[in-house]
Amino acid sequence: MKQQAVGVTPSTTAEDLVRGRNRQLTRRRRTIWLLSVLVVLMFAVTLMFGKTFYPPGEVIRVIRGEEVPGASFTVGRLRLPRAVLAVLVGLCLGIGGVTFQTMLRNPLASPDIIGISSGASAAAAFAIVILSLGGAAVSAFAIVAGLGIALLVYLLSFKSGVVGTRLILIGIGVAAMLESITSYILTQAAEWDLRDAMRWLTGSLNGAAWGQVIPVLAALLVLGPVLLGQSRNLATLRLGDDAASALGVRVDRTRLILVISAVGLIAFATAAAGPIAFVAFLAGPIAARIMTSGGSLLVPAALVAALLVLVADFSGQYLFGTRFPVGVVTGALGAPYLVYLIIRTNSRGRSL
Amino acid sequence: MTTTHTLAIQDLSVGYGDRAVIEHLDLAVPPGRITAIVGANACGKSTLLRSMSRLLSPTGGQVLLDGRQVHRMPAKELARTLGLLPQSPIAPEGITVADLVGRGRHPHQRLLSRWSKADDLAVAEALDATVTAALAERPVDELSGGQRQRVWIAMALAQQTDLLFLDEPTTFLDVSHQIEVLDLLTDLNRRRGTTIVMVLHDLNLAARYADHLVALADGGVHASGTPQEVLTEDCVRAVFGLDCQVLEDPVSGRPMMLPIGRHHVRAKPG
Repeated sequence: MKQQAVGVTPSTTAEDLVRGRNRQLTRRRRTIWLLSVLVVLMFAVTLMFGKTFYPPGEVIRVIRGEEVPGASFTVGRLRLPRAVLAVLVGLCLGIGGVTFQTMLRNPLASPDIIGISSGASAAAAFAIVILSLGGAAVSAFAIVAGLGIALLVYLLSFKSGVVGTRLILIGIGVAAMLESITSYILTQAAEWDLRDAMRWLTGSLNGAAWGQVIPVLAALLVLGPVLLGQSRNLATLRLGDDAASALGVRVDRTRLILVISAVGLIAFATAAAGPIAFVAFLAGPIAARIMTSGGSLLVPAALVAALLVLVADFSGQYLFGTRFPVGVVTGALGAPYLVYLIIRTNSRGRSL
Repeated sequence: MTTTHTLAIQDLSVGYGDRAVIEHLDLAVPPGRITAIVGANACGKSTLLRSMSRLLSPTGGQVLLDGRQVHRMPAKELARTLGLLPQSPIAPEGITVADLVGRGRHPHQRLLSRWSKADDLAVAEALDATVTAALAERPVDELSGGQRQRVWIAMALAQQTDLLFLDEPTTFLDVSHQIEVLDLLTDLNRRRGTTIVMVLHDLNLAARYADHLVALADGGVHASGTPQEVLTEDCVRAVFGLDCQVLEDPVSGRPMMLPIGRHHVRAKPG
């Protein structure tokens, strides 16, 4: 290396760096804005369109709390809580999913693949069907089960250190087991119709009410900022444990905070809407493709997930002859991607 | 800027599970110099480096930086004084050189602080010192092995630590890139007085580039001192179980070692 032969002074390099970074930041902000606008637009569409169309004016009057014949029930009682829950659940799944994928440096290590969502779902179904619980108790069950499954999968895959692929394979096995538990629990509930059962099998927003919205909102408001606060540590963790701790990241503590917060978000979302298939899994990689400028993926993935849930739920309701729950639609989108990813990971190694 | 940091290892024992890798090891790292740690495979070189930078907790003894136990220091504070480039760090897919080098600023940044002028200058200086400024916008995945290693070193430089540890910084590099990296580290040491400690495989390169050699064997220090003191025929036999002949390197005047195997050895006259 011809030292200093190149006539670059530190100041011009620094200027270039600042310019490059500002360019990246502008691009990043623009993309995040665009995603947010799309979420708001889709939110508005789900409020206005459906079996009956309500113009924006009426929808806004309903949101303001005014009594509008017809619209007050359809928009205010049915569509609004459903759309709000879709957005919130999406945000939770997106952040939780991409946290896991980034932390374990593998897009397959998403909570809905490695059994955490299935655990939360089985526990919620158990709490509702067998124990006849409701509300906060169900969420509590889901969270404890989610954390328990996360711990179980981690311990089972621990053999002188945790290797990502082993954790994923064990997680997939655990998930399959938990799904059969959910199915079994649902057979015990004779009075349940298929649509309710579908919630705990693939996730559904049918019958969403404000009572389900509030715990999810609370979880997002508490745990979302915790994870955003860790985003720099999370980014540093991607360099590997050794490099991260050499840079002053307390690896074990950071990982604990990340896991608990991410599992919390996933479990609250799952307790409200069931294990909506593959949203947590899809959002991160899609966000990574969109955000070419680098930087934290937490917010972009959250927005992508919210958009996914909104679009999937809307199309599930109105685009096909029958009404499909949201999880069936996201599942149909996610499964081919899962296959693609497994093939690609096999041939190329890691990626997000 | 000369460093006056002292780093002393006292009665250090480290192990994985029941297996002790390092036992009762004492070592003082000379400040402002280049120290190379050499030894046979699996003799605990990396383990020593990792526990010196507290990636591993010792089972006994202590590592003292300026008289303070590194294992009790706040993580970021330690990371502002002592940097480590691990053997195989992971470059996140698609990350650009500038972003990766910028990660080196982590210990200087607070939870929500914005990117500062000092951060930019440090990154720019690191890029210039490693001649990687022209690569700043390129994705790290696309670089050659030698370029990539320079970028990782730039990241460690951006950390602006007075002590820098490197775990086999020249592995997987061809000979010209090995020399390039070692020259770069020597520049860093001479210009900034950075104390450098590195694990090296190649004894001759270690003897040429290090001011201080540490030979490890059986979980302890077998010999330490100047290359002349350490790189001897007896020492190589004891540490590596290998016969050799030590000559003066005509290029540097430092000692160099020629291994004697079972084949291709000229019959001694007489």
